Amino acid sequence: MFLDEQFRLKVGLAEMLKGGVIMDVTNAEQAVIAEKAGAAAVMALERVPADIRKEGGVARMAPISKIREIMSAVSIPVMAKARIGHFMEARVLEALEVDYIDESEVLTPADEEHHIAKRDFKVPFVCGARNLGEALRRIAEGAAMIRTKGEAGSGNIVEAVRHIRTIVKEMKQLTVLGKEELVHEAKNLQAPLELVEWVAEHGKLPVPNFSAGGIATPADAALVMQLGAEAVFVGSGIFKSSDPDARARAIVKAATYYKDPAKLLEASEGLGIGMPGLDVSQLPQSELLQTRGW
Amino acid sequence: MAVAGVLALQGDFEAHARILRRAGAEAIEVRTAADLDAAYGLIIPGGESTTMLKLLREEDLFEGLRAFGQTRPIFGTCAGAILLAKHVTAPAQVSLGLIDIDVERNAYGRQLDSRIVTIDAPGLDGGKMEAVFIRAPIIRRAGPEVGVLARYQGSPVLVEQGRHMAATFHPELTGDLRVHRYFLEKVEENAAQARPVSVHR
Repeated sequence: MFLDEQFRLKVGLAEMLKGGVIMDVTNAEQAVIAEKAGAAAVMALERVPADIRKEGGVARMAPISKIREIMSAVSIPVMAKARIGHFMEARVLEALEVDYIDESEVLTPADEEHHIAKRDFKVPFVCGARNLGEALRRIAEGAAMIRTKGEAGSGNIVEAVRHIRTIVKEMKQLTVLGKEELVHEAKNLQAPLELVEWVAEHGKLPVPNFSAGGIATPADAALVMQLGAEAVFVGSGIFKSSDPDARARAIVKAATYYKDPAKLLEASEGLGIGMPGLDVSQLPQSELLQTRGW
Repeated sequence: MAVAGVLALQGDFEAHARILRRAGAEAIEVRTAADLDAAYGLIIPGGESTTMLKLLREEDLFEGLRAFGQTRPIFGTCAGAILLAKHVTAPAQVSLGLIDIDVERNAYGRQLDSRIVTIDAPGLDGGKMEAVFIRAPIIRRAGPEVGVLARYQGSPVLVEQGRHMAATFHPELTGDLRVHRYFLEKVEENAAQARPVSVHR
């Protein structure tokens, strides 16, 4: 069974992050701003997705000195990104004792066919997904948390909405199918039957289901939470805005009060200017980050 | 039926609500001071204590919780235990001070030091129980009024003081209902003694 003790511990930390905001940070100073603003965790990376998009080149795991600096600056969990398939970056991050690894499409993939065999690690992993099949394949490999891919660095929520809606709808559909049909669906989803059956029975993923990729405002965070996300990741949206501290606080508030429009209004006021956005439909296929991984 | 609130600012509040319902109680999510009016007891869940603290203070709930605790039972797990403590270290942060314990945050280490163990719980029916520790704090001091219901590696991990309780592990993440039932007994006992009080101003 996939729910062994090691896996429960990994999922356990993800449970603690629910209702919270995980913020991308590139140095200790940003990490402290994030923690003070109420972030439930920070994600250490070399450049935020908007800069990776702009500057191009190969995006790798963050420099160790930066991650260490961030780990010693805050008391909340510190995550770090490894390239898809780069299990040795992941081993280095595990040896460094980060709290979670994001095997992320935001970095340049190291392997175009294989994701990391995440079960072999003691450190937990989060992975991106655009649909249920992708989510279940990642969980089968050992991911203990799923997030939508959205379109990182775009400041545009449309892809995250598409992905969370797709995942939620595909889960609902499984709940009305019979045993034989689930076998067929497992084939369609390219996912293990055991996981497909679990989702059909419970109507949700066996791991926390978060949202990422394009969240730039408190209302964006509330929108994906309303659609079924249990917490949010904010990448470029905070430190590419005109007032990162105010925006970080506002998004934290929105993740808690996502059902309360009056509180959301309070959270949305006086935030300065949001990050510049991109029309995802105008981006050439080669510039999409979400199509990395399978 | 006991009506228990679960502080739902951030963390694993849904896991607590599920367990409360399985234990036969009604669970309500608490996000504002007004939500406390309907609750006869409150659980502060696991999560990030810094996040909860920030929201408690910004939303004027910090004093509301303290006032609630003057008459009603509160049970905190992990981050919740940190918020209930008298003193908090690593780093130092403010807390409600409703239980006379000193707590050191993340005292076992980082996520790689998280663990599931079997502990002796002589204070609860049936003794041994599974305990899930996630980036857990350690209770470094427990005052004379504090009763220790379970220990792990010599330190108290489940304590009570009068109507309040704290656990440094996560009973909400196992199928074991004993800890929540023990808390619900306190809630029912307390509710029988007093009428509901409004802490909403």
